Amino acid sequence: MVNTSNLAYAYENGTELAFPDIGLTPGKHLLVIGASGVGKTTFLHLMAGLLPPLKGTVSINGTDLNLLTRREMDKFRGENIGFIFQQYHFIKSLNVSDNLRLRQSFPINSNDKKRRQELAKRLGLANHLHKNVTALSQGQRQRLCIALGLIHRPKIIFADEPTSNLDDTNSEKVIELLKEEAKICKSSLLIITHDQRVKSHFQNHIML
Amino acid sequence: MKLGYLAFKNMVSKPLNLLLSLLLLSLSVSLVTFVLQLSQQLGGQLSKNIAPFDMVVGAKGSPLQLVLSSVLHVDVPTGNIKLEEASKLQKHPFVQTAVPVSYGDNYKGFRILGTPPEYIDQYNAQLSKGTLYNMPFEVVAGSSVAQRLGLQLGDSFISSHGLAASGGETHKEHPFIVKGILEPTGAVVDQLLITNLESIWEAHDHGEDEHHDEDGHHEEDEHHDEDGHHDEDGHHDEDGHHDEDGHHDEDGHHEEDGHHGEKEITSLLIKFKSPLGMVQLPRFINENTSMQAALPGFEVQRLMGLLGSGVKTVNGVALAILLVSALSIFISLLKTIRERRQELALLRTYGLRTGQLLGLALLEGVFLAFIGFVLGWLLGRLGIWGVSQYTQASYGYALQIKSPELLEIFLLGLILVLAMIATLLASRSIFNLNVAKTLSDV
Repeated sequence: MVNTSNLAYAYENGTELAFPDIGLTPGKHLLVIGASGVGKTTFLHLMAGLLPPLKGTVSINGTDLNLLTRREMDKFRGENIGFIFQQYHFIKSLNVSDNLRLRQSFPINSNDKKRRQELAKRLGLANHLHKNVTALSQGQRQRLCIALGLIHRPKIIFADEPTSNLDDTNSEKVIELLKEEAKICKSSLLIITHDQRVKSHFQNHIML
Repeated sequence: MKLGYLAFKNMVSKPLNLLLSLLLLSLSVSLVTFVLQLSQQLGGQLSKNIAPFDMVVGAKGSPLQLVLSSVLHVDVPTGNIKLEEASKLQKHPFVQTAVPVSYGDNYKGFRILGTPPEYIDQYNAQLSKGTLYNMPFEVVAGSSVAQRLGLQLGDSFISSHGLAASGGETHKEHPFIVKGILEPTGAVVDQLLITNLESIWEAHDHGEDEHHDEDGHHEEDEHHDEDGHHDEDGHHDEDGHHDEDGHHDEDGHHEEDGHHGEKEITSLLIKFKSPLGMVQLPRFINENTSMQAALPGFEVQRLMGLLGSGVKTVNGVALAILLVSALSIFISLLKTIRERRQELALLRTYGLRTGQLLGLALLEGVFLAFIGFVLGWLLGRLGIWGVSQYTQASYGYALQIKSPELLEIFLLGLILVLAMIATLLASRSIFNLNVAKTLSDV
């Protein structure tokens, strides 16, 4: 599913960072654990094609990201990858339902209302679909961001510190939710975290 | 979901910014379109009204006033001239037609004009009902007058003295009767009640009037309000009721002068046979007679020239506001694009290309410009409507609410281009948006 080899990145200040090779088979999950500041997020951005590597290759689902043009990369990312960011990102001028609908519309135009309702129901957002996103609680925002990472049934879900802001109970819940949704969508999960609590939930993990 | 929907939602998510930008934009648009319409319609109306006549001969005074009063029927006349003297001009070789007009009365604010039927022909006005007038006190009503006052054939009415609706003695002994109603012409004829010269003379013929004394008094008392126009020929009632306040004749009285039999008219409207007349006759009349000749074309041009500088000033102000509104759109978009950097980066992860993000910003700018234009245009037309109510009531001239004109479409184009330039300048940061860094920024 995701394979990297000899991946390295050079920061603007000249610091170079090399990353271990990973190989993730379809449907399997991977946990990347590392302390703050070791380049976890950079690793994730490299794998998602958001940053250009200094050297090395990333291939997702058999596609070598280095070979894609900028435009093809945008389309590929939109279609195959779902993101769950550490910070909550959504469009503030749209309500919950429209945020989900917007994610469905690109890059392949779809307007699957059933999918939205079903996902919102499972994530406890069914009664909030027509709420303005700014009116949501922190927990609801987090669940909306998870929904935004899953709604288009991506092949791979990159989650960056999904539990860092949560207490033990909620952290458990979110991990279970992610695993469950990934299973339903037949997606692979790649989670990067410094949170040791997450470790016990996944068989595969590497340290950075 | 279409990008247009998102752009719209983004636009309305900042109501105060939106309000300010729209306010500035619509203000400038309304100013430009309002002034444009006003000057165009006024100019069009004026040239249509003066078209039939090349020269107007009346009592000495301001030539502009003479044209305004005798041709456009908005001002008070400069005074009267003797029919006998004016008639000599009718035989002049350069003169094709000469139409005498005489007035001084109104019915509910609409002027009653004494003139031969030729006058109606000059404006190509056709009768829609009835016949022309043959006898004194028979009247043909212009279409607007008939419509506004609900006049029907056979209706009779009593005129009031003077040109203003309020005040003034009424000529109870001489009711007018409506014999015909004209088709609309869009010219000043629509606003007039037309009768023959004799009606005017008879209505004011105090020598044979049994209410002579009473009338004489009223005449002087009721018209004190209209001042400012001094008439050198100011005539007094023959019975010796001199104006105690020293007022000259200023409201177009047409009562006969001291010596009976000498008919007076207010002015003579002349169409030339040859352009030479335009060169020679006015000077001849002004130098050799007690009358004054004025050229409507020249006077209207002078008037429009005065108006034109006003139009230019307002347009300048409107342009300045337009530039300020473009600046406000620029600043507001610059601010919101900065604020939305993370949302734009998020959209990049959804698979949107840089070009699509730019399109999103452009759509927002264009929406704003378009809505601003439409609001401003409506506001401008509302202004025209308001002014029309006023001019209709005071001068009998109505302005039309017209559909968008070519020049206004150009204005829309200009505004759209300005808005796009402002948006592009404001959205340069989209081109070097660092998605990875922006998304991980706290």
